[in-house]
Amino acid sequence: MDFALHESGEAFRSEVRVFLAEHLTQDVRERVRRTGTVHDWRFHRALGAKGWIGAGWPVEFGGQGRGPWELRIFYEECARADAPTDGLSMTLMVANTLRVAGTEVQQREILPRVLAGEVVICLGYSEPDTGSDVAAARLSAIRDGDDWILNGQKVFTSLAHEAQYVFLLTRTNADAPKHRGLTMFLVPMDTPGIDVEPLWTLGAPGRTNRTFYTDVRVPDAARVGDVDGGWDVMTAALTFERGGTLGAVRALEETVAWARTARRPDGSAVIDDPLVRRRLARVAIENEVAALLSHRTTWTAAEGHLPGVEGSMAKLFSSESVQRCTADLLDLMGTEGLLTQDQPDAPAAGAVEAAHRKAAVARIYGGTSEVLRSIVAERGLGLPRTRAAR
Amino acid sequence: MDLAPSAEQQARALAVAELLAKHASPERVRAAEPLGFDGPLWQHVSARNWPDLDALLDLALVAEEMGRHLAPAPFVEVAVSRRLLRAAGVDVGVGDATITTLALHDSSSGVARLVPAGAVADAVVALRHGELVVVPIHGARPGAPVSNLGCLPIADCPVDGSDATQLMGADRAGAAHTRAVDEWRVLTASALVGLAAGALDLAVNHVTHRHQFGVPVGSFQAVQHRLADLATDLEGARLLARKAAWSADQRASDAPALAAMAFVWAAGAAHRVTTDSLHFHGGYGYTLENDIQLSFRRAKAWALVLDDPERELSRLGDTLYAVVG
Repeated sequence: MDFALHESGEAFRSEVRVFLAEHLTQDVRERVRRTGTVHDWRFHRALGAKGWIGAGWPVEFGGQGRGPWELRIFYEECARADAPTDGLSMTLMVANTLRVAGTEVQQREILPRVLAGEVVICLGYSEPDTGSDVAAARLSAIRDGDDWILNGQKVFTSLAHEAQYVFLLTRTNADAPKHRGLTMFLVPMDTPGIDVEPLWTLGAPGRTNRTFYTDVRVPDAARVGDVDGGWDVMTAALTFERGGTLGAVRALEETVAWARTARRPDGSAVIDDPLVRRRLARVAIENEVAALLSHRTTWTAAEGHLPGVEGSMAKLFSSESVQRCTADLLDLMGTEGLLTQDQPDAPAAGAVEAAHRKAAVARIYGGTSEVLRSIVAERGLGLPRTRAAR
Repeated sequence: MDLAPSAEQQARALAVAELLAKHASPERVRAAEPLGFDGPLWQHVSARNWPDLDALLDLALVAEEMGRHLAPAPFVEVAVSRRLLRAAGVDVGVGDATITTLALHDSSSGVARLVPAGAVADAVVALRHGELVVVPIHGARPGAPVSNLGCLPIADCPVDGSDATQLMGADRAGAAHTRAVDEWRVLTASALVGLAAGALDLAVNHVTHRHQFGVPVGSFQAVQHRLADLATDLEGARLLARKAAWSADQRASDAPALAAMAFVWAAGAAHRVTTDSLHFHGGYGYTLENDIQLSFRRAKAWALVLDDPERELSRLGDTLYAVVG
């Protein structure tokens, strides 16, 4: 057993830190904060220029062929720096799927632009009536000669207002069992008939979207995978999604830095209070557990296994933990913890207040905690299934 | 990073499990109560040199198995105190069945209170007035077992007699004792991980086979989801205990913090796992004839032998964040 990351990984970590220090400017942070859009084109293109959008891709696909550990380090550093990488991670999920299931034309036309940081792809899965039960999607695609006509609505289409494409889950067969009547399309966002409407979230601020599709005509060439074979394409994409995140690492660092300098009315430093130190220690433990579960996921993948249960545990723990820990860090700041980022005297510049808001969604996207618990219970512990097999 | 035990470690874990399946069955664990010591079992364990393994990680992996079987043997105390004795230059025989233990707290009062394995030890190592001493326990053991929640062989040990031998002077005694207690934290965390894993297995097995309302109890999400959380907490505890042991072997600067983290997290996880595992047994879980009560009592007791885990958390807070100077 060996818990050390490889030395080459540490060298790469330094390189990532230098890059982030240079490109994650106040200007970029300010824009993200103002727009609620966790994506920045200049930053994204800089990642592309560095070759890091395709960091983990094989060299023959234009990538750098970096291993899972270097990728882990890359994402850890981005998370720690609070880099706006929503566009990156969503686009990669789809691009990874295109590498496996896309047509030759799709691969040739789109993947190089993805790697260059010129293209962002948003996810059109959820609908007003379908969330975790994603296979119940109803947005209809009806064949019309060599084309398809799409009608329906999606929700939580994050970055739809920035993306060049939407990866759309559609219903092509209403009579088949629900998992067997779905088809995926990659649709350019400038196709006539697509409307985007902002949907504001608890983020500080945060923006996602509702998207509407009215008689949207797309050629059959926009289809990804087989007709009625969309579920297999979807599940392939989801395996690229789960993996666990850091715990409340940044929130803890910000709180510790604040507690070392902030003074109580009696003149003592906040960190001189044993109660404060004990609560910080509890968060430090949870962060360590989150990191270890997440590393176990990476290790399982690096060993050539599919980390389904491991990834579910890691994501379950880290997202629940971030919610718990940011709430506790906010509490230990006392009443001042309420102050938001725009207040000059907000503790830690309001970073913990913002993190606390954002934490609420971590337990929802990318597999809700309830879905993940069922995976751990039924696949991990081998408990009898709750639902009848479909 | 490599999270798989080596072939040697796996083979040893298997050997420990096989021995304990034979010599630490639930019947033998019950028979060893209330003292919490099984002499023939200890002969087997010590004769195989397991308490004398060099690496703390190797000891930790054995401790996990010992914990899983609730083995009534002072493995952790003997391993930790022998390491300390050897560090002091004492020639400790490998494979020896002699039981030494460690008083976890400062014993300057003259009596080390409720020392783990104190009721069965031949000698106790203690920190007294800044120096480290070893004190033999002659003839009759300190007395009748002290009745306690975990059926642990804890006992008060006098350490102020003239038969105390100094092991280390004030120049290095404190640091050496601190490190030994950190090692105890890590190995106890490992034992708690094994204990909780065994309890979770019992719960999973029970809810898989127990039917209510015409379906297995384990098919209810209310049950499934809590078990999933427990399994996740436990997996974290296992990784953290192993990492803490590995870091200590590497002499890493964060080893003391990781020892405290591993102990606090394992104590909490083992408590949650055993409490809920008992609960999922329904009324049977509350009976003495059900084995889950054996884990339930020990989960709390093994950790509390050191101190209130919340106080341990305070200590960790001081280690990590105390303002120096």
